[in-house]
Amino acid sequence: MRRSLILDVVVRVVFHSAFLLGLFLLFTGHNRPGGGFVGGLVAGAALALRYVAGGIDEVREALPVRAWTLLGIGLACATGSAIVPLLAGRELLEHFKGEVHLGPMGAAHYNTALVFDIGVAFVVVGMTLMLLVAFGERLPSLGNSWARQETGR
Amino acid sequence: MHAALGLALLAGGRRLGRRSFLVAALSPAAALAWAVAHAGGIVDGDVIHASQTWVPALHLSLDLRIDGFSLLLVLLVTGIGLLVQLYASQYFAAGRAGLHRLAGLLLVFTAAMLGVVTAANLLALYVAWELTSVTSYLLIGWTDEDPKARASALQALLTTGAGGLAMLGGFVLIGQSAGTYDLAALAARPPTGTTVSVGLVLVLVGAFTKSAQFPFSAWLPGAMVAPTPVSAFLHSATMVKAGVYLIARLAPVFADQGIWRPLVLSVGLVTMLTGGWRALRQHDLKRILAFGTVSQLGFLVVLFGVGTPEATEAGVVLLLAHALFKACLFLVVGVIDHQAHTRDIRALGRYGPGWLGPKVVAVAAGASMAGIPLLFGFVAKESAYDAFAHGGVTGSGVVLAGLVAGSVLTFAYTGRLLLGAFVPTRPGSAPASGAVAPIEPPPAPALAFWAPAALLGTLTLVLGLVPGLASGLVSSAADSLDPGVHPVHLALWHGVGRPLVLSGLTLALGALLVAGRVAVARVQSRVPHPVDGDAAYLGLVRGLNRVADRVTGFVQPGSLPVYTGVILLTAVVVPGFALLRSPFPDLPPLATGPGDWAAAGLLIVGGVAATVVRERMAAVLCLGAVGYGMALVFVLQGAPDLALTQVCIDTLGAVVFVLVLRHLPKRFNERPTVIGRTARLVISALVGVFVFVFIVVAVGVRVEPPVSTAFIDRALTEGGGRNVVNVVIVDIRGFDTMGEITVLAVAAIGVYSLARLSRREGRELRSFAPLRGPSSKPQDQR
Repeated sequence: MRRSLILDVVVRVVFHSAFLLGLFLLFTGHNRPGGGFVGGLVAGAALALRYVAGGIDEVREALPVRAWTLLGIGLACATGSAIVPLLAGRELLEHFKGEVHLGPMGAAHYNTALVFDIGVAFVVVGMTLMLLVAFGERLPSLGNSWARQETGR
Repeated sequence: MHAALGLALLAGGRRLGRRSFLVAALSPAAALAWAVAHAGGIVDGDVIHASQTWVPALHLSLDLRIDGFSLLLVLLVTGIGLLVQLYASQYFAAGRAGLHRLAGLLLVFTAAMLGVVTAANLLALYVAWELTSVTSYLLIGWTDEDPKARASALQALLTTGAGGLAMLGGFVLIGQSAGTYDLAALAARPPTGTTVSVGLVLVLVGAFTKSAQFPFSAWLPGAMVAPTPVSAFLHSATMVKAGVYLIARLAPVFADQGIWRPLVLSVGLVTMLTGGWRALRQHDLKRILAFGTVSQLGFLVVLFGVGTPEATEAGVVLLLAHALFKACLFLVVGVIDHQAHTRDIRALGRYGPGWLGPKVVAVAAGASMAGIPLLFGFVAKESAYDAFAHGGVTGSGVVLAGLVAGSVLTFAYTGRLLLGAFVPTRPGSAPASGAVAPIEPPPAPALAFWAPAALLGTLTLVLGLVPGLASGLVSSAADSLDPGVHPVHLALWHGVGRPLVLSGLTLALGALLVAGRVAVARVQSRVPHPVDGDAAYLGLVRGLNRVADRVTGFVQPGSLPVYTGVILLTAVVVPGFALLRSPFPDLPPLATGPGDWAAAGLLIVGGVAATVVRERMAAVLCLGAVGYGMALVFVLQGAPDLALTQVCIDTLGAVVFVLVLRHLPKRFNERPTVIGRTARLVISALVGVFVFVFIVVAVGVRVEPPVSTAFIDRALTEGGGRNVVNVVIVDIRGFDTMGEITVLAVAAIGVYSLARLSRREGRELRSFAPLRGPSSKPQDQR
């Protein structure tokens, strides 16, 4: 397997920051630019970077979860946050917001819409992972893919 | 109540097996007891009402109403239903699979049929009517491993279903012009007009299909593949009477309107004659009975369809008589079939000891059908002749002649049935008998097996001897149909008059036909048989299949460019017409600064380049450039959210594109023809111009304040967030988002399975790949 050293190193450095950026966008989304969708996309792009550097095995190593699981969790989060208020006698998708006091750390706002947003992000990441697995398996890097695909399976 | 028990049997009756029929018999028994208990009151003129709201928003309710005529049919349905269930528990071998299904379906059918005859409003009647069609389909196709049974069941369903649809149309026409769907209200104030006439014809079509009248009669003989208890119950005594019932209900009110009377009379007569004629050709006992039923139904349609009080009364009598003798005959035929394992009249004829009972019963019922005196069928036929003998309706002479001819045929096929079943065939007596060898005498049936038939036969005889017993029932039934009916007193002996002469003529001619049946068979084999509904049905179904095939082939050519072209053109043409009619507003400022120009330049260059490069990878990169150009526009317009999303999608999209492209040839190898190129150019240009004009117009014609201002206000107070876009996504329009992520997940799974599938099939991926555009999906989302 032919791998580019520079790409490898750069990706290692960037991956975690990119993933964190995705998380940040997800959590900040309610008040500033961002949100579950963009957050998920950025995290997915980070995964794609890993793929470009090291193929599908490296993606698996970075995120050792199956794509199905992510899709399922995401849908469950979103649907759950929609249905729970219904069970509680409120309207579908009604979100609750409030503050928790954390003693010396101050107070934190919370909003159950975040659960929904997390669900969205999970679905997007799951979809990216699924595409990578679907089309990228067994072809370690992009450099020589044109030649390899002719061998068939 | 029936339906509930029937469904319960369907669900859980597997273990009961043959005993499920006995359980099922409880329900009609209870209903019968109830009906008998109330019979006295109803005969005296009471009407029982029950109402249950169903769809209040549409003012639909399930109104039930039992008057004299309904009572007669309720008694028939529950009584024969009870007997048939008892009979079926003997008819089937104990270990046969699916018996609980049959018993349950019979019960559901009973419920539906009761619904038809007690419904007080047209729509409730329609629902019950269709239910009988569906259960009939399931019952005919009960032996589901037999392709013939399935085909016959389908034919019955398609014919009666099509008729049912026509009928619904008719109901709506009538109901809307009358302003009510209530039967009693319709009878009180019948609407008139062309609409109503058209509606009536449609309703008649429905009734004709259900009661197997002339052009639609082919399904009934086919339905004889069903087990004999089913045939006896549905296809002779009850379901096929539904059409007659409807005609009987409507005739006194509507008979004078439009082409009702000529239509009903001619159809009924033709059915009666062709049915009788074709019954004479059959060798299968059940098929003789089936064509006989068709013929008798024609008779009933004529009687009820005229709408005069006398004919209606005669119809009621015949209805009762026919249900009794035909069900009885079917049950006896079932006994023969069960014991002898054949129904071919060329093979049957020799019986051992112990068959005397069934023989007597069959002869009694047959004699009733043929109209021989001392039996109830004779009384019915007398009153029918009587109704037309006095004239009163134009063409009653022709009708009377037709009825006599039909009755002669009835006598003839009854003779064929009884002689065929019980008299051994002499060698060489029938031209076609050579192929079938006579069978050994079958074992005698158990008494409990033919007891139901015997009961019906006895009723026929008793009512024939003392017709006065049925007078009350008949007159209350006829009276509820048409208040003009005088109280009837059925009697065996009406005195010498025209009806008696006609009856004598019928018997004489019929006896002649029976005696000369060899000659009749010879004539029949020469004459081509009349127009065959079967052929029409088959031709229609085949034609429909062929048209569907062509249409599918035309609209689904399997070519991606064609699909895309059609979709885009539709998107352009439909709103495009609306656009052409709206005023074109002033152009808004196109660009406000150097940044805009730069972004526009990037977009244009990228777009044009994507269309002209011949390498796939290059085209993808050009598209990516377009995407980044869009992101730049978003940034300049102050929409960081959109810009961020756009950049991410384009980045990821490029990666996925690359993944897919590895499986495709490097270059676009397809070189479209000149026409193809031109078409593509034209479509692209149209789409481009359309989108531009659309946006300009849409921006220019805004009259209401945009919803986004309200969203901005509500975002913080209700959604609790300052990022309006995100609050819209997760809160205000959260339900949309939920649908979208579901679609996203489904699409991902679909793409994944497609990729997996084609990889398993090796190189075939190539043919699938162009269909996938995974990278475009996120863009659809936002």
